[in-house]
Formats: sequence, C-alpha cells, structure tokens
Amino acid sequence: MTTVDPQLVAQPALPARRRSGAFRRLLRRPLGVSALAALLAIVALGLLEPVLSIHDPNFADLAFANAAPGTPDWPLGGDRFGRDIWARSLAAINVSVISGLIGAGTGLVLGTVFGLISGYIGRRVDGVLSWTFNLLMTFPALVLVIVLYPVTGGTYQSMMFIFGVFLAPGIFRLVRNLVVGVRSELYVDAARVSGLSDPRILSRHVLYIIRGPIIISAAFLASAAVGVQAGLAFLGLGSNQVPSFGSMTSDAFINIYSQPVQLVWPSLFLSLLIGSLVLLGNAYRDVLAAPQGASSSSSRRRRPGEKAAAVDARMDRDDTSTPTLSAPTLSTTSPATPAGGLLRVRELRVEYPQPDDTLRAVVDGVSFDVAQGEIVGLVGESGSGKTQTAFSILGLLPPQARISANELSIAGENVIDSHRTALRKLRGSVIAYIPQEPMANLDPSFTVGSQLVEGLTSRMSRKEATATILELLARVGIPDPMRTFKSYPHEISGGMAQRALIAGAVAGRPKLLIADEPTTALDVTVQAEILDLLRDLQSEYGMGVLLVTHNFGVVADLCDRVLVMRNGVVVESGAVREIFRNPQHEYTQKLISSILDEDTVRTDLPVTAKDEG
Amino acid sequence: MSDLLTIEDLHLRYPARGLRHGPEILKGVSLSIAPGETLGLVGESGSGKTTLGRAVLGLASPTSGNITYKGENITHASKKRRRALAREMQVVFQDPYTSLNPALQISDILAEPLVAQGMKAAEARQRVGGLLDRVGLPANAAERYPREFSGGQRQRVAIARAVALQPRLIVCDEPVSALDLSTQAVVLDLLIDLQRSAGVSYLFITHDLSVVRHVSHRVAVMYRGELVETGPVADVTNTPSHDYTRKLLLAAPTADPDRQRERRQARRALQTAQ
Repeated sequence: MTTVDPQLVAQPALPARRRSGAFRRLLRRPLGVSALAALLAIVALGLLEPVLSIHDPNFADLAFANAAPGTPDWPLGGDRFGRDIWARSLAAINVSVISGLIGAGTGLVLGTVFGLISGYIGRRVDGVLSWTFNLLMTFPALVLVIVLYPVTGGTYQSMMFIFGVFLAPGIFRLVRNLVVGVRSELYVDAARVSGLSDPRILSRHVLYIIRGPIIISAAFLASAAVGVQAGLAFLGLGSNQVPSFGSMTSDAFINIYSQPVQLVWPSLFLSLLIGSLVLLGNAYRDVLAAPQGASSSSSRRRRPGEKAAAVDARMDRDDTSTPTLSAPTLSTTSPATPAGGLLRVRELRVEYPQPDDTLRAVVDGVSFDVAQGEIVGLVGESGSGKTQTAFSILGLLPPQARISANELSIAGENVIDSHRTALRKLRGSVIAYIPQEPMANLDPSFTVGSQLVEGLTSRMSRKEATATILELLARVGIPDPMRTFKSYPHEISGGMAQRALIAGAVAGRPKLLIADEPTTALDVTVQAEILDLLRDLQSEYGMGVLLVTHNFGVVADLCDRVLVMRNGVVVESGAVREIFRNPQHEYTQKLISSILDEDTVRTDLPVTAKDEG
Repeated sequence: MSDLLTIEDLHLRYPARGLRHGPEILKGVSLSIAPGETLGLVGESGSGKTTLGRAVLGLASPTSGNITYKGENITHASKKRRRALAREMQVVFQDPYTSLNPALQISDILAEPLVAQGMKAAEARQRVGGLLDRVGLPANAAERYPREFSGGQRQRVAIARAVALQPRLIVCDEPVSALDLSTQAVVLDLLIDLQRSAGVSYLFITHDLSVVRHVSHRVAVMYRGELVETGPVADVTNTPSHDYTRKLLLAAPTADPDRQRERRQARRALQTAQ
C-alpha cells in the first residue's frame, strides 16, 4: 500500500540467518563441553548417592579403619574411623553443590536486584545503595562468617547464606555498571515511551542484554562458595555429622604419613568441581567475546565512530598490521612508469575472506586518477566501497583484507609492490588523511599539540615542529592557537578538533590529501567553514584531494570531478557539472533525483483525524 | 481549532554533580502544534532541540514552564499517567541501530506497546502483520531480528512501533539523518503518507533544512536554547528574518555547482558584513 522498500523487495528470499545461541556455541568448544561434562558428571554422582553408596556416610566400622582402596564394599577404602570414603565423597558432593547454590544464589539475587535498581534509577538511590554495598565489601567476609557462628548455629547452609551476602557487592557493582551503560540506549527510552512499566523494562530490555557477564560471575561465585565451605569445614567449623570435603581432608591430613592416599579423594573431587566451574565460566566468556561469523550484515555496517577509532588504533600500531600489498600475477602494465597524475589506480580490488572460505569483493576493479591540484569526489551510499577504496590507498585496511591492483601509484611511486616501510614513509609526507570523526582520532590522554608535533619530529626538531604547528593552527582559523595547542581533545569543540587535524594533515606538505567524510560529523555552519578552509589550503598548496563523501552538496561545493560508486564498482565518473546536469547511469540518476528539492516546500494543509482510535 | 500541544516558557537545566547547577539547556521555549500538523524544529548540535523533544515525552524533566497536551498539563505527569500517555504520543529516534533491542524479534518489538496497554499477547501479534504492511515491510519480517535489516528498514520498524498505538503526536528526532540519501527520501514520504491517512501531528527535529522544507508545515529555528524564529515553512526558508536563520540557510550546501558558488559568495558577504 505505501511505498515499499525496494531493498527488501529485491531480496525477499533472504534466508533468516540465526546467530546460534551462546549455549550452543559453548558446546562447540572443547573447553566448554569438557568442563560442562565434568561438572554434570560430578553433580550426577551426588544425585545418585542413594543408589551408588553402600554404607551410610556416617556409618563406622573399626574393622575397616584405614582400609586400603579396593577393599570389597569399600571401593575407596575407609578413613581413620572406618567410615566409607566412597559414601562420604558422594555425600560431600551434595553438600558442596548445595553450598555453591546457596552462596552464589544469595550473592546473585541480592547483587542483581539491587544492581538493577541502583543502575536504572540512579541519582540518590544509586548513591545510597552503592555506599551500602561498598561498606559491605570492606568487611572481612570469612572472619564474619566465623564470628557469627553462634547466630548460624554452625549449619553450613546458613554459613553459606551469610557468605553469599558478602559476595553480593561484586555482582552489585558489575550489574550496576552494565545497567548504567544500557540505560542510555535508545531502545530503553523507546520502551519507556511505549508505556512499559519499569519492572518490565528492567527484565525484558535491560537484564536480558546484560545476562552474559552475570552468568560468568555466577560460575566464579559458586566455585568460591564451594571452596570456602570446604575451608571452613577443614577448620572444624560446623557439624561433624555433615560429610564435607573439608572435614574429609582434615581427617586425611592426620593420616598423611601413614595413609597419604586418603587425601587424594576429597582433593580430587573438590578440584574437579571447582575447576570445572571456573573453566566453564572462562569458556562462556570466550564464547561471548568471540566474533560471531554469521551476522555479517550487522558487523559490516559499523558505526562511524568505531570505524574511525579502529583506523586510529591501527595507525598507532606501527604498521605491523598493514596488509601486504601484492600485484596480481596477471599484471601486464609496468608499474614503474606511471604516465603523469598524482594518484593512479587501475583495477583495484579489495576482498575479505568469509566464514565459508570464499572471498567477498567490497571493491571490485576500480580505476581512476587524481591529478595534481585536482579535487576528486568519491560518492556513494553506505556499503558502496568508497571508504575501502580510500583506505586501501592509505594502506589502512585491516590485516585480513586482500588488496590487489594492476597499478596503484602515488606521485610516481608504486605502492602495490612496495614494502610497509615505504608506505609509511609516504604517509604524512606525500599522502595525508583527514578522518570523519575528529574526536575519535585524537587520543584523549595527550594534548592536541603534542599529537600534532609527533608526526613532524622525524623531519625536524621538536622546537621547529612546535613553531610549524602553531603557525598552521593559526592558518586553519583557530582563534587562540597556543590555547588549543595545550588543550586536551575533550576541551575543544568538534569543529576545532577537525581544524587541528587538518593542520596536522597539511603540516607535512602532502601532495595528496585523502579526506573521508571530513564534515559529516559537524554542524552545517561549521561544515561550511571547514569546506572553505579545505578549498583555500588546496589552492595554496596545490594538493590533489580525494574526497570521500555521501553528500552531493559537499561535492558541488568542492569537487572538480566525481566518481559514483555502488557495490564496489565505479558506475559513472566525469566532471562535476556533467554528472549533476546530465547523469548517464540510472543509479546516478536515481541518487540525484533523491536529493530533496530546494525550491519546493510542503504546501498541503494539515489533515486532522476523521475518527479517534 | 485548539492546539494539540502547547509549550510555554519552558526552561530546563540538567543537574550537575553535587549541589551545583548544570548549564541551562532550554531558556524559555514556547511553541504550539496543531492537530495533523508538522512542526519542524531546526537547530545545530547542542541547541537543545533534542532535549525539548525529550521533555515533551517525559524523558527529561523541565525546571520551569508548562507543557500542555489537549488542555492537560503534563509537564511533570506521574509515571502512571505517562504510561497511559503512550497511547497519545510516540517517538522515532535518530539511530535505528540502537533504538531497536537487538535481542528481540521484530514481532516482539511491535507487539510490546500494544501489550503494555493491556492488549492480549495473541491479539497483539495478529496486529503486527498489518503494522508491517503500513510501513511497507513484508509480513515475513516479523520473525527476524533487527540485525538482519538495513538502516532504512530498521527505521521503518521504529516507525511501525510508533504508530502501533495510533498516537496523535509523534516526536521524530532526526529520523532520517542516519540514512542513505535514497532511503531518506522514501522514509520521509512514508512519514507524510502516514500523517495524511491518520491525521497525526509531528514534532520533527532535524538539523537538515532540506528535510524540513520537505515535511514541515511550520518551522521553529532553535539557537542556544532559544527559539529565534517561528513561522510557515515558506516564509522562514525564503525570507528569514533572523540572522542565524540566514546563516544556517546559506551554510547548507546545495547540490548544484553554480548555485552553490553563489550561495558561498552570499555567505561570505554575510560573514564580512557582521
């Protein structure tokens, strides 16, 4: 009925690709599945105690005192009172499991409930709750469990409950911080506007998202509770009628010189139990942290901030991650002699390996030139491969990218065969880069000035570099260069940060400037000023500029020539007026017709509802 | 005809840490929206336009002033009243990547507001197909997760969620800014279609003047927490009376190299005149 999204109609048979659940992925990992199997086996032994044990765990027969393992009906032998170690071990498993459940359960319930409340409501409630739990954290839990012995009466259940209370602050802080992160997500706001009650928002939208880390810490808490229960029993706290690995170890300890093997059984079961819990937690954490191959569509469309940050990190990492450039064997043209032009790109391909071992091309045979003093616009929608093209020229693609080209040369220097170090030499002096998100490309822990000077110190003294940068900061229209030089990134506005980065980019007098959506993150009035600045600097320095953008207004303002990209292919290229006045390719025509007309305004009158509801 | 929503002299100041006051975000904003009307709210980042939208929705708490909806003062409506107001006012956020819960299926996302207003779950699920159809998505979208959709498709889902309760007012906070150019135009047309068929009012927040021209009946220009100009869209965009509006109009680049050069020169002339 209404305008149907062409994208969906074009691919209606898209198979519903489900990301397999975290639990199923856990089972695919050897560590995960073996830890889980060990844990389940131990718990099963405990549950089958009535069937498997021959004697009551407290039944003593002095004839079998210190019986050797393998004695008929006493499979693991007898302890110093002649009790069946096998029967006691099975009973102790149950005690340990219950201890783990009570301890972890108490900590989990208290910590999660109050963490959710504290993180979601915030403000004063958060202050009071955080203070309370921080105070709780300062108490020595073990000492208090022992001191409160008269209150608990020494039953291990109540001791574990108290210990669980002291485990709660860890969970509380974890949950609270996770909730604070999720609370500001737009879908939580949307749920509030949808009229959902707070408990429903918390359970459905908040808890569900943050469940992973909680499950992991639950495993660790359970192992802590099991260990502490055994420790307390080892010290002799609690009823000696309750078989426990602690009391068993303690009994065996007395016999350590005569019957050392008695120590093996409780230690073995206890280590298996605690070890499997810890390893299970670790495996689950690995599962959650691992990249999920199946969801390629969502990972491809990264948010701009992440993109820029990733690039920035890579620039700092000293080129070890730069993918090696290689010319395809079919290359026929000699790359050594480019015929004029600052940047020559012929048949550039960028491919990424897919989970099913095929290669997917995001840039598929792109060829173009940028001449000296020319501004070339590279336009396209998200996923068109325009940024990938720019980054492959800069050598900034992730290591798994496979880049090939018949020719890729900058200022006569072929970079497709050249080594990483050669490319690094080019960067900063011959090619410079202006990013999309200026803030994400400045390190928050250093002053703006020190970051800009850093790029120049290989060529001049620090003093000269500082003078150059200050001069350039004034040139790019920063009112008080010295103040900006000494400021940290968070102290300046986005427009100022972009000006500073432009100053840094042109400081090395580059011949080619690659700008990736340089004004997209900026306000329109700031954008106009930055575009003015780029135009002035370009004509002053005679640089060639490759401008990646999705904004046709920016193209019209700045560019001499335009390349229109879609799905990794240049569909049309030409002088900017030609493309705007007389687009040839239907995709370009569609794009240009999508630009909202400037001359028409909405004229129809408001229509009021005919009927309510 | 009486106005659907009126805002009078609204001030808002975010609390800072401790007892000190944070900066004042809204400094006495007054505006009104008639039934079935789109009011475009234009301004740059930090001008307070998003905060104004959040105050209307009850997501931000004003320090003084009044927000009146259908004659009822809802400035500090109770939580219970707010939940009931979900039937009346809804929202479409800017970023379709974070405004949909990644863990929920589309059908759950769309049924949620209906269930929250007391509808049976089975009945709500039956409505989902109709909602998807209204925003031009195929019915088989219901069993998928948000990550399987493109930005434009996700924004359609967000619009479907907003219209599910047949509200009278939708706050659209930069609903097309994160979308590609060709998707932008289609989503704007969808919003206009929905308005014509349902008579819903929009408070349309954006920084993009061409978008405002396309969807708004009236425009309000916001600058540093104040409205500097309000009026019919043709008047404000053709004969702006305030300097800031003029600056904003000239700063927006137009997709025509020759007209853009004229605009650039006009902007520089205005700059030197100041």
